[in-house]
Parts: sequence; structure tokens; C-alpha cells
Amino acid sequence: MPNVLVFAETRGGALRKVALEAVTAARQFVDAAGGGEVHAIVFGPAGIAGKSDALAQHGADAIIAVENDAFSGYPRESIAATIADRAKTGGYRAVFLGFSAQGRDLAPRLGAKLDAPIASDVVGVSAEGDAIIAKHPAYANKVIVTLKVTGPLAIVSVRPSAFTAAPNAKSARAESMQPSADPGAERVKVTSLEEGAKGRPDLGEAQVIISGGRGLKAADGFKIVEDLADAFGNAAVGATRAVTDEGWRPHSDQIGQTGRQVSPQLYVAVGISGAIQHLAGMRTSKTIVAINKDKEAPIFKVADYGIVGDVFEIVPALTEAVKQAKGK
Amino acid sequence: MKIAVCIKRTPDSESRFKVASSATGIDETGLKFDVDDFAGYAVEAALQANEKGGGGETVVIALGPDNVQEVLRKAMSMGADRAIHLKADSLPSDGLAVAKALSAELKDQGFDLILFGKQAFDTSAGVVGTATAELLGLPCVTAVSKLDVSAGQGTARRDLEGAGEMVSFPLPAVVTIDEGVARPRYPSLKGIMAAKKKPLESKPAQLGDARVTVQKMELPPERAAGRIIGEGAAAVPELIRLLQTEAKVL
Ligand SMILES: Cc1cc2nc3c(=O)[nH]c(=O)nc-3n(C[C@H](O)[C@H](O)[C@H](O)COP(=O)(O)OP(=O)(O)OC[C@H]3O[C@@H](n4cnc5c(N)ncnc54)[C@H](O)[C@@H]3O)c2cc1C
Ligand SMILES: Nc1ncnc2c1ncn2[C@@H]1O[C@H](COP(=O)(O)O)[C@@H](O)[C@H]1O
Repeated sequence: MPNVLVFAETRGGALRKVALEAVTAARQFVDAAGGGEVHAIVFGPAGIAGKSDALAQHGADAIIAVENDAFSGYPRESIAATIADRAKTGGYRAVFLGFSAQGRDLAPRLGAKLDAPIASDVVGVSAEGDAIIAKHPAYANKVIVTLKVTGPLAIVSVRPSAFTAAPNAKSARAESMQPSADPGAERVKVTSLEEGAKGRPDLGEAQVIISGGRGLKAADGFKIVEDLADAFGNAAVGATRAVTDEGWRPHSDQIGQTGRQVSPQLYVAVGISGAIQHLAGMRTSKTIVAINKDKEAPIFKVADYGIVGDVFEIVPALTEAVKQAKGK
Repeated sequence: MKIAVCIKRTPDSESRFKVASSATGIDETGLKFDVDDFAGYAVEAALQANEKGGGGETVVIALGPDNVQEVLRKAMSMGADRAIHLKADSLPSDGLAVAKALSAELKDQGFDLILFGKQAFDTSAGVVGTATAELLGLPCVTAVSKLDVSAGQGTARRDLEGAGEMVSFPLPAVVTIDEGVARPRYPSLKGIMAAKKKPLESKPAQLGDARVTVQKMELPPERAAGRIIGEGAAAVPELIRLLQTEAKVL
């Protein structure tokens, strides 16, 4: 009976989408391996236990709430110590978490504390005898590697959006736990938080991404990209490295090998050449649209729908047409 | 400041990859190799920190077969002072095993700062740096896009999804480097000549059993070939139609 412990990520006292995806992945893993329990551990300010019902709705048999006002942020050392202590009890086969900013930080800490091998950024995971088999896109998404992980306990981080959160309601037991280390005594201290673009979804969660390249000529050029994103509604705005290097957009907007890796339903590439390092971050998008004045641009090799021409002419026309289609 | 940078030798990211006939590795024929991208940024960050601080020592460390000496020399031609090669038959896929070997080497050497790439191009795992920090019991800041260090103290910026976090931390510490920090310099001719005479120590890595191994490698499915649907704003109505009826995203 392989039980799995899931780190159910929160930010600002609210569950994140990747928490439900990690619970879903753990539920599927446990059920396919012949049954066992999924325990979700959630850190947040007082009252987080009452806001964690979605974890039960997605298949958690127990919810362990660790409440402290410091947990509206991410006190990494306290969280790692607490999960590691919990993971030593309860007959766990694996700890699951998201390969998000928090999860990437946490997984190796847990692996080292628990002497447990780590499989990162997996898109598929199953048990095979005594081993865990995990599929992981490596070489900047150019090669799919199947990893075999042995040992009694493993740490598995799941790629955001690779597992679709699936309802599977359980009447979960509520537990609570004290942090193993004082979250007020972190050696790494957060001195300030900068919020990103207001009112836009995160690149990793957006269904539609409008992304701009050097073809936009200047920071101001992104106005037409922002307008198109607004026309779609819930769209995020991305950029190439050429753009973040110029400082037209922050580095956190960069998509590609050394930036974010995204796979939205729709990716619109505006004035982007389609360098291999950019493609590494977006080629798994469901539908790709490209607008570029150079019909030889490599982006057209991966674009489902390409339009050749000037972005400053085409994008505003597209924005109007999208507004009309949406009845706005 | 005494700074260590752990660097990896990985294939050039522009390469087209083929799976080797064993199906458990990539075919290395014709591939160019270099310092892993993020580790290259880490080398640059270390050199700049010591230049700004007016001295110190930058030590580069790589674990792997003899061919990793190439990237150690490259880092020394950029300006690193000396290199340590931890010899192993191959590059393990088990990041924790690599971290154990690196931490055995790094401990008790009095480094103020130990830098890693945020993740290696080949494994794309992001494990080794943070796990090493944990094994050494040092504070660790991951995926840093801005870094500033001075005596006993560091500050850094990390990108969170849709937000940024500014942190401060005491030294000694481990930091894993994201792209924003510093673009690596090209080695000068003088640097290349000087690197030939800099010390490179080679010794066996203390590697345990790998518990993460590659069972299979395959190439991802190709995307269908792209198509151009028209030119100029006149093509917009057709695009809208396709997005509605074919792609069903509008
Ligand atoms: C190690 C490494 C890592 C990298 N990582 C990344 C990464 O993570 N993400 C990333 O994006 N890049 C990355 N790069 C950089 C990458 O190689 C390209 O340089 C970059 O993606 C180019 O950005 P771009 O398409 O905006 O600019 P360009 O290549 O300059 O393309 C601009 C395009 O705009 C078109 N254009 C110009 N004006 C107009 C107009 N008026 N109307 C329509 N079209 C127009 C041009 O035809 C051209 O195709 C990396 C490179 C290296 C070496
Ligand atoms: N064999 C190695 N030798 C030295 N440094 C390494 C090695 N493997 C990984 N690293 C460092 O750890 C970082 C993260 O690697 P990974 O955990 O494999 O994604 C790399 O960018 C390097 O800085």
C-alpha cells in the first residue's frame, strides 16, 4: 500500500493550481499501484485548513494543515524541515510536489534531508515493482527521458499543466501539525515582494499567451500585444530573450530554453523569429499562430497558422476581429 | 572572497539531437560541448563578484570523465584561478549522488560562496546545487536573477511565477544562478594562454550508487509542418475562422 505525501502549494493564503495537479498525479499513481492513501500537507496562515477542501475534492484522503502567519509567504527552511519530519512517518512511498518556483526549491532540500532520490519535472509517473518510472522532458524539451528511480522513498516533482486536475472526491481526515522549525528564524530573509502584471494570469497557467519579439521595435511596441491579450480576456503576455535583454519586458516574462516553458491552448508569436531556444519553451503549445514580415522566419515551420506582414498593421486588425468574435 | 563554482559539460543547445542505438543516451557524434549555460552565468557572476570586491579566489569544480577538463580550462580562460576535476566514469543521472560527491569535496574548504547553475541543460533537473547546500547545512537561494555579495552578506532577486522576491542571507551560502545575473564573457587570447598554466587538480569522485538511472530516451513527437494562411491584415478574417472552427480556441 504505497501512501504518497503531497506538498499542496499555496501563495498568499490561497491554494495554487499546481497543488491540485500534484494531488491528481498522486491519486492516479496510488490507484494504479493498487491502492494507498494520498496525504496533502498545506502551509498557510491561520484558517488555511478551512480553505483546503479542494484537495479532498481532488483525491486527498487526509489534509495536514500547518498554520502560521509566516506561511502566507514561503519560509523555505521551515517548510522543508516540516515536510521532511512528516515524510518520515506514515509509510510513504513518495513525496509529490509541483515543479514550480517553490517546488523546484523544495524538492532537492527534501531529497537531501530524507536521502531520497529525486525525479524532476515529470509528465508521467507510475510504479513498476520496487521502482518508480518517471517520464521527464530533458535537453530543453528536445529529448524525452524515462527515468527509473529506486529506493524506498522518492521525491517526484510534476510539470505544471502536465496533469489536469481531476475531481475525485474523498471525505478527507483533517489533521494539523506544528512547524518543525520556527518560520520566523529563516536564514534566508525575504525583504520585499514585487507583484507582476496586475490582472493577468501567470504564463504557466494561461490558456492564451500573446508573446512579442524584437519585431515590436521598442517597449512601447508591446501596446499592441497588451491590447490583443485584453481582447482575448484571460491571456498572459510573454517575450523573447532579445526583448528581455533590451529591458522592454522583465526577465520573468521570457519564454524559452532559459525562460519559462509553456504549453497554452493558443500561443500567438508577434514579431518573433523562432530561434531554436525560443521554440524550446513553447513548441508544445496546442495551437501556434505566427505573425512576421519575413516569410522565411523559422517560426513559420511550427506555426499552425502563419500570417506574413507587418505586426503594426496586422495585430490591431486581429484585436478588433477578436473583440467582435467575442461580442465585445 | 573565496568562491567555488560547480560547472558541467553539456552539449551545445543549438544541436539537433539523435538518440544513441542503446536508446539510453544521446548520440554524441558531431556534437559540440561547452560549459552548461546556467553554470556559465555562474562563472561570470563569481568573476564579477571578485573583481568588484578587489580580489579573492574563484575555483571551478566539475565531476565527470576526463573530457570535463575542457570546460574547466574554458572557465580558467575566462578568469577562474584554479580547477578541481572529480573523476568519474560517466555523468550520473542521479542529482543527489552528484551532490554528495560535490559536498564531500566542498566541505571544510572555507568557501564564502558556492555557485551552481539553476539547472543543467541535459538533465533539466535543478537538483544538484540545492541538494549540495542542504548536505553542507548552508543557507541556499535558488534561481537567482540578480546577485550582490559583500563581506558576510548577500542579497538576491528571484523570479516567482508572476512576481519577484528580494532576499538577504548570511555567507557562507549556496546560490543557484538563473539567466538575468550576468552574460558570460568570451575568453581573451591572453586568458586562454594563462589558463594553460593554471592548476588543475584531478582526483576520484566519491560517488555512491545511482538510484536514478535512464531507462529510455526518445525524441518528442514532431509538430505538423507549419502553414502560412495569407499576407497582411487581409488574412485576419481567415485566421479568425480557423481559430473558431478548426482550432476551437475562440
Ligand atoms: C544559450 C542560449 C539561450 C537562449 N535562451 C532563450 C530563451 O529562453 N528565449 C528566447 O526567446 N531566446 C533565447 N535565446 C536567444 C535566441 O537565440 C534568439 O536570439 C531570440 O529568441 C531572438 O528573439 P526575437 O525573435 O525577438 O528576435 P529576432 O531574432 O531579432 O527576430 C525578430 C523578428 O521580427 C521580425 N520583424 C521585425 N520587424 C517586424 C515587423 N514590423 N512586423 C513583423 N515582423 C517583424 C523579423 O522578421 C524577425 O523574424 C537563447 C540563446 C542562447 C545562445
Ligand atoms: N557533474 C557535475 N559537475 C559539476 N557541477 C555539476 C554537475 N552536474 C550538475 N552540476 C551543477 O549543478 C547545476 C544543476 O544541475 P542539475 O541538478 O543536473 O539540473 C548545474 O548547472 C551545475 O552548476
